[in-house]
Amino acid sequence: MKRRLLLLLPLVGFLVLGGFLYQGLSMNPFDRDSALMADPFPSFALTTLEDPSRTVDESLLAGEVTLVNVWGEWCPTCKQEMPQLLDLADRGVRLVGVDYKDTREKGRAFLAEFGNPFEVNVFDPDGDLGFELGVYGAPETFLVDPEGVIRYHHTGYIKPEDVTQVILPEVEKWRD
Amino acid sequence: MARLTRCLLALLVLMPLLAQAGGIEVRRFEDPVLEQRYDSLTATLRCPKCQNQAIGDSDSPIAGDMRDRVYRQLQDGRSDKEILDFMVRRFGDYVLYNPRLEGRTLLLWGLPAALVLVGALLVALVVRARRRASARRLTAEERARLDALIKPERTE
Amino acid sequence: MLIPLIPEIGHFALILALLMAAAQAVMPLAGAATRRPLWMAYARPMATGQFLFLVVAYGCLTASFLLDDFSVATVADNSNSLLPWYYKASAVWGNHEGSVLLWSLILGAWTFAVAHFSKELPRDMLARVLGVMGLVSLGFLAFVLITSNPFSRLLPNPPADGADLNPLLQDFGLIIHPPMLYMGYVGFSVVFAFAIAALLGGRLDAAWTRWARPWTNVAWAFLSVGIALGSWWAYYELGWGGWWFWDPVENASLLPWLAGTALIHSLAVTEKRGAFKSWTVLLAISTFSLSLLGTFLVRSGVLTSVHAFANDPSRGLFILALLGITVGLSLLLFALRAPRVSHQVGFTWLSRDALLLINNILLVIMTVTVLLGTVYPLLLDALNLGKISVGPPYFNALFVPLTVILCVFMGLGPLAHWKRTAGRDLVRRAWLAGAAALVIAALAPLAYGGEWNLKVSLGLVAALWVVLPLVRDLWEKSRHRRGRLAGLRRLSLAHWGMVVGHLGLAVTIVGVTVVSNYAVERNVRMAVGDSVQVAGYTFTMTELGSRRGPNYVADAAHIRVQRGEAERGFVMTPEKRLYIARGMPMTDVALRPGLFRDLYVAMGEDLEDGSWAMRIQYKPFVRWLWLGGLLMAAGGILAVIDRRYRRTATARDPERVAAASVREASA
Repeated sequence: MKRRLLLLLPLVGFLVLGGFLYQGLSMNPFDRDSALMADPFPSFALTTLEDPSRTVDESLLAGEVTLVNVWGEWCPTCKQEMPQLLDLADRGVRLVGVDYKDTREKGRAFLAEFGNPFEVNVFDPDGDLGFELGVYGAPETFLVDPEGVIRYHHTGYIKPEDVTQVILPEVEKWRD
Repeated sequence: MARLTRCLLALLVLMPLLAQAGGIEVRRFEDPVLEQRYDSLTATLRCPKCQNQAIGDSDSPIAGDMRDRVYRQLQDGRSDKEILDFMVRRFGDYVLYNPRLEGRTLLLWGLPAALVLVGALLVALVVRARRRASARRLTAEERARLDALIKPERTE
Repeated sequence: MLIPLIPEIGHFALILALLMAAAQAVMPLAGAATRRPLWMAYARPMATGQFLFLVVAYGCLTASFLLDDFSVATVADNSNSLLPWYYKASAVWGNHEGSVLLWSLILGAWTFAVAHFSKELPRDMLARVLGVMGLVSLGFLAFVLITSNPFSRLLPNPPADGADLNPLLQDFGLIIHPPMLYMGYVGFSVVFAFAIAALLGGRLDAAWTRWARPWTNVAWAFLSVGIALGSWWAYYELGWGGWWFWDPVENASLLPWLAGTALIHSLAVTEKRGAFKSWTVLLAISTFSLSLLGTFLVRSGVLTSVHAFANDPSRGLFILALLGITVGLSLLLFALRAPRVSHQVGFTWLSRDALLLINNILLVIMTVTVLLGTVYPLLLDALNLGKISVGPPYFNALFVPLTVILCVFMGLGPLAHWKRTAGRDLVRRAWLAGAAALVIAALAPLAYGGEWNLKVSLGLVAALWVVLPLVRDLWEKSRHRRGRLAGLRRLSLAHWGMVVGHLGLAVTIVGVTVVSNYAVERNVRMAVGDSVQVAGYTFTMTELGSRRGPNYVADAAHIRVQRGEAERGFVMTPEKRLYIARGMPMTDVALRPGLFRDLYVAMGEDLEDGSWAMRIQYKPFVRWLWLGGLLMAAGGILAVIDRRYRRTATARDPERVAAASVREASA
């Protein structure tokens, strides 16, 4: 009898593995949380896209729940995402843009063409702020609470249904 | 961006997502030890954007940025551990090809070692049992049965 | 008249093949269970018919590629009218749909071969074996037809031209690597079917192992060649000098190979000594299960890999279901039917039996380790414990020491006798080889690299310890009154197979050791007229120009290479290509192969002042990696053509079977 149970061991092992594989089917290996979750937004000192003489830093994000969207003119998904960001701005969410690895002319032209939902855009031509944020592509979106702590991270495209189903509830959650 | 559209296109047409190695850069090192450390660090850090490539093998812009950081920090005299920590703080444990030994990786590192011990024990048990079997004399009845079993094969 | 209908003919043939697979599965299995010879007799003709229709289906798909029928979606996505004909033919398996069809065709070919070379097998055994293979085939053909139909059409508006084959796949390596690999993967279905048939029939004596052994060796040999080719292809096409990345796809092929290696050894023990019966059955099931698992991992997209097929959840689910049914039922059957009482076949510590047991356990530990490392990120993710990566540093840290331990016992194995060996006798026959291995391995790094290197010595001592006792043994065995040559000729081919196979592993280990420790890589900026010295060779750029290929444009450099002070030299021409249809840049490396070193030049980026970033590499002994793989395969084949097997019922000439299957697969 003991031996019979021993012979069942391979089957049990396989079933456990199979269960994990089944779960793996519905997971996206590319969907990763930011390493900065629950950490303060990294410090930076960069000029704005709008005004080269104005330098801003992380205190820009204090006081209010802010959605920081990392974008670039070179990024086609950022164009597709724009309507959703405009929608969020219309719904009273404060948005700050990070123009990532771009030139000033192209960045401005992009906003002129596709609309500007951002209160202000931090100009990050060398991608230094992006690197501090662990951004490895655009678009990426971070939700920062009033204390300047990163609370939510969205990799890639924000789908139209994400606006009400994901982003807005998160924003509400961190509002005072 | 061309890379991204290519990836999207790839997903659409369902072709195998093969990626060629890349990342050929000319970097100057005064010290060959630093160069060796650079090579090994860029081989053990995973590019967060790519399918499955080390930053030293990838053409992706973020891999280039990471190589830059590794290079600069090596020149600044940082240790390997400091550089790895720096990357993990920004990109998470995902970028380490050499997973750290911690609670959740205990099984990963421990199981092979445990299996070697279990295997050794198993061999010892089996051989002990088998030795006894070979030492045991056959009874007359068993010998007769054995002969009966062997004979048909001989006539084959 | 019929040309526009080719895809429909192919589709129809595929459906017929599926129906025949169903008949081949159900009738003989039911017949064997109820002892009806008539039902059992369905097996062979159905196997033949299934194979025939698979050939037709496969031929139709190939014809669609060759005739540029872009109304077929697979063709439109993976071919182009400018593609040379041989790449059109190999583009058939350069995509998901076509490659599953190739998988099925090869399974059909193996089934056909079993049906025709196993005429002397007991009727019910053959019925069960073919029935089980029919079941596997049924599952895969259903998978092809339901989720991955290669014949689906883009009508009524077919594109004017195709999207082209991924340029990385436009290569000789692609022409031969996948068919070889699949021959191996799928070939393990034969031993699997034999094991299941033995469980079903309740006849778990040594007989089934004797019939299954040649098939297993041939499949293992194909897989060895397939893996070696894949590594070689990655070396010059993907990795730019890297030859093994521990990528999930590579691991997927290594897993059945490791389990298969354990299997061919345990089959030997079971056949010769009647020991390890349940264990061998379990290994037979596991080896084929790991082939299936590999297919799942590669095609479902659950793991991130450099060369995963883009994923589609419905396909993933289908393969997982297939995997679950096949493996789950087999293991359940194993748990219910495996022999309850272990037959007490006796042996002592110093016996070939004990050493092969150790070999098996080590190989299984290696298999589990690779599997664990491959799926661990998935496990953690599923448990919400975060995303981690497991890469080369992990695998190397565990695999290398395990291989060294394996080699320690491998050196002794062939010297030991079955059942028991006198310790003094073993020492007498091994000490000289051991001492020589130690001395040579200790001195070789000094002679070759100029300084002592522990890793190199360790690798070499492992390799030499595998080979030298064999040489010593051959010397002893070759004593013959009519001279040594006559003595060597007296040895059986099976023995030679073992010698060559073990030699192959040693050759691979030498290659790995030397290339890992002595390779030189330089990234340099070069303009016309510049010279660089790498590992004693002078590389001079003499020319930069552009070139037009059939479906690409390229920047090409001419690099003159001279060794030392020698005047004589040769020219290497690396290229940076842009493939027109996909707008995809590609680096085409220049290689100068040699038995003891490769020179390797790749063009990087245009630095826009007339100079280019170039990667120049010196790769000593890198060819030994693949040479070893080929030797291992040759060993497997040699063992099969041993007269002992040709006399027995199963495979009178398995080599011809194999050759025939290759021809069919690449037709």
